[in-house]
This record gives sequence, C-alpha cells and structure tokens, in this order.
Amino acid sequence: MTSKTLVSTTINGEPVEFLCEPHQSLLECLRDVLGLTGTKEGCNDGNCGACSVLLDGQLVNSCLVLGVEIEGRAVTTVEGLADWRGLHPIQQAFLEADGFQCGFCTPGILIATKALLDREPNPTEAEIRAWLSGNLCRCTGYDKIVRAVQAAACCLNAASQEVNE
Amino acid sequence: MQPFAYQAPASVGEAVALLADPVCGARPFAGGTDLLVQMRRGLFAPEMLVDVKRIPELNRLAFDPVAGLTIGAAVSCAWLCDHPAVRQHYPGLIDAASIIGGAAIQRRATLGGNLCNAAPSGDAIPALIVLGATATLAGPHGTRTVPVAGFCIGPGRTVLRPGELLISLHVPTPAPHTGTRYLRFIPRGEMDIAVAGAGAWLALSDDGAMITNARIALAAVAPTPLWVKAAGEALVGQAPTAEAFAAAAAIAQEAARPISDVRGTAAQRRHLVGVLTRRALHGAYQRAKGEACHD
Repeated sequence: MTSKTLVSTTINGEPVEFLCEPHQSLLECLRDVLGLTGTKEGCNDGNCGACSVLLDGQLVNSCLVLGVEIEGRAVTTVEGLADWRGLHPIQQAFLEADGFQCGFCTPGILIATKALLDREPNPTEAEIRAWLSGNLCRCTGYDKIVRAVQAAACCLNAASQEVNE
Repeated sequence: MQPFAYQAPASVGEAVALLADPVCGARPFAGGTDLLVQMRRGLFAPEMLVDVKRIPELNRLAFDPVAGLTIGAAVSCAWLCDHPAVRQHYPGLIDAASIIGGAAIQRRATLGGNLCNAAPSGDAIPALIVLGATATLAGPHGTRTVPVAGFCIGPGRTVLRPGELLISLHVPTPAPHTGTRYLRFIPRGEMDIAVAGAGAWLALSDDGAMITNARIALAAVAPTPLWVKAAGEALVGQAPTAEAFAAAAAIAQEAARPISDVRGTAAQRRHLVGVLTRRALHGAYQRAKGEACHD
C-alpha cells in the first residue's frame, strides 16, 4: 500500500489541499476526494472528453493526469465557470442554443469551448469542429453545439468590445 | 490502476538513478496519454512512475539556424505546434504532431512519448525518420545518440536499454530547396489511429528541375514505422514528376508488410501506401519549391 500524498493546489481560484494516492487520476481526485462531480467520467482513457478541465489554462483530459501532478498548479472545472452574477456567457449560449440534450458531455464541452475561445476569439466553424473532435456527444449531432460556440464567441467579443470602448 | 509510487526528479541524473534501480521497478512518465491507458488495461504494472516533466533538459524546445531543432522529450505536441520557428521551418513535423489526438491530448502527448511508445502507427515517427532526426538517450553508463530510423525494433519495443531515458530529439536545419510532408488515412477527420501513413522528404537541385535526395517512411504497415530506402533512392537524379512519384510509391507498396486488423485489411493498407506516398511526395515537392501545400 502506497502512502497518501498531500497536494496543495488551486481549484477554481481557491487554494485547496487534499490527500491522494499516486495512482489516483485528477478526475478521481476531483470527483471522489473533493466532491466536484461536475467533471464527468466517460471512457476513462482519453477518447471522450467528458472529463476535460483546464490545467494552468490548458485543456487536458483529467483522466490522463495524476492528482499528484497538480501540486502548485491551477485547475479550472465546470464549477468554476459561473460566478455570483450568474452563468458564464458560454453556459448561457449553450442554454439558449439547445447545445445539449442529456448533458453528460456538456461540462467537458463547456470547458473545451472556454479553452478554444481564450485562445481564438473568432474561430471558424472548421476550427470549432476540429477543436471539439476530442469531445464526444451522442445526442446532439454536434450542429447545435457548434452554433452555441459561435453564439458564445459573439457574446464574449461584444462584451470585450464594450470594455474596450 | 494498480497502486504505484510517484517521483518527480529535477535532474537527468536523479531520474536515471531511479529508472536504473531494479528495486524501484520504475517507468518514465511524461504526457501519460499512452502509458496511463496501457496501465489501466493491465499491460504494465510499474511499481513507480518517474515524472520527467520537471527536468530542464526534457522541457527544452529550441531552434538554432545552424544547429537545428532540439525537442525535449517532455515537450507537448501543442507546444511544438505553436512554436513559430517550428511552424516556419518544419511544416512536415507539424503535419504529424498536430494530428496526434485532439486538443486535450495534444496538450499532454509528447513527440518523445510517441517515439518511445513505438506503435507501428505512431504518426511522429515517419516524419522524424525522413527529416533525419536523432534521439539523445541518457543511461547509467552515459549518454548516446541514435538515429530515430533505428529506434523502434518491434511493436512497443525500442533500443532503449534498462534504465535509459530519452532526453531529446534533434532535427537538422532544413537545407534550401528541401520539403517534407506527412499524411495518414483515418476513417474520421480527427482523433484516430492511422490505418496507414506516409512521410516524404525531398531535396531539389537549385533550379528545382531534379531530385537530388529523397526519403520515404511509412506508418502502420509493418511491425515498426518503416523507412523504405529504395523508394527514396529511386527518385535521386529524376525530374520531380507525377510519374517519378508514382514509381517511388510502387516501391513503397512493395516494401510494406501490412496486416489485416480492426482498422483495415492488408490490401486496403497496401493501396493506401500508394496513394499516401504519391500525395506526400507531391506535398514535399511543393514545400521544397517554397509553396504552400494543399492536398
């Protein structure tokens, strides 16, 4: 039996300390140790994207990151998107465009969308589809997801223009 | 997954000491996109993972116009693909690195890991072979450099000796009038494993009328990524025509030793080698002329 390791990290902007074993994935740590069940387990081998989180702002599959690896780093999960003002504009866009049905893939797709729009505020449809190729959705057929991402990009760009004016 | 110990050393020396100690039962761990999946499937049960991402030499990505490109073994595909000098000078490497997994995998998967995993379908390997890349390894008995072309010796098997760690890959500076292209076939647009792949590198004479050197390497059609020397040699001294490319592609098809499996039949793979080799040569030719390449 290996002993537990103390991990000091930042999750959704808050400092967090937790104990885990080296073989526990970040996904297991988020869900089973920290109770952050917004991040979903789909395939558990890096194919479906349901467990997508941001690690230091970069999109990763949390099933393929070890919990011990996030020592001193910053993780953003779907729980970190909304704030006291309400839903994040990406979440609002998915709601208005019916960008989900059963919702299981949605946390991962919201996070992947945030990573995309942080990097490329005006993605083409082809770029959106390529970027989301690692996030499987078995309900929507993807079209409504793509429209939601486009709507979110418009909304975020309009908001940043207002700030600049 | 079976429990294991975790170490994240800050130097090559510490990492090699852990990897070389038979008591540790350790394996190197970088992006984990192959290793953790294989461990969950029970293919390996290491007693320790040695996280190599904190070692400076493995986290180095540097281009020098004379010395070429150094890619630390822990450099992610996304880091490589976003690097301006790599985009400018090594578009053939971007062809391969940009299709290893989707956006999330790209941020963890490494070119070094793609090589050490030694899958016959590893997309980075034919591209590295045709570019003439070498691999620097550190072990308990010192450091050595080996050509990537001879690195893989079977499915999942490499020349790495017990305790040896891949430190970096080195890709020579591209000479003028040279071009590289890597292409693969998969049933969907992204996020899949190659049914077959082909990398091509061409060097042209100053006036662009003659091929002075060529290399062709294939993915997923033999127990290892396959360098087909005869296909490249057949192009030397030829004019860069569709006929010459087709003749080289026919030699590549002959050299391929594909199997039938869940991804495709041997006959389909052999057919794909012909198509992909012709297209890769055409793309390499366009790049050697300084043109953008479109399929």
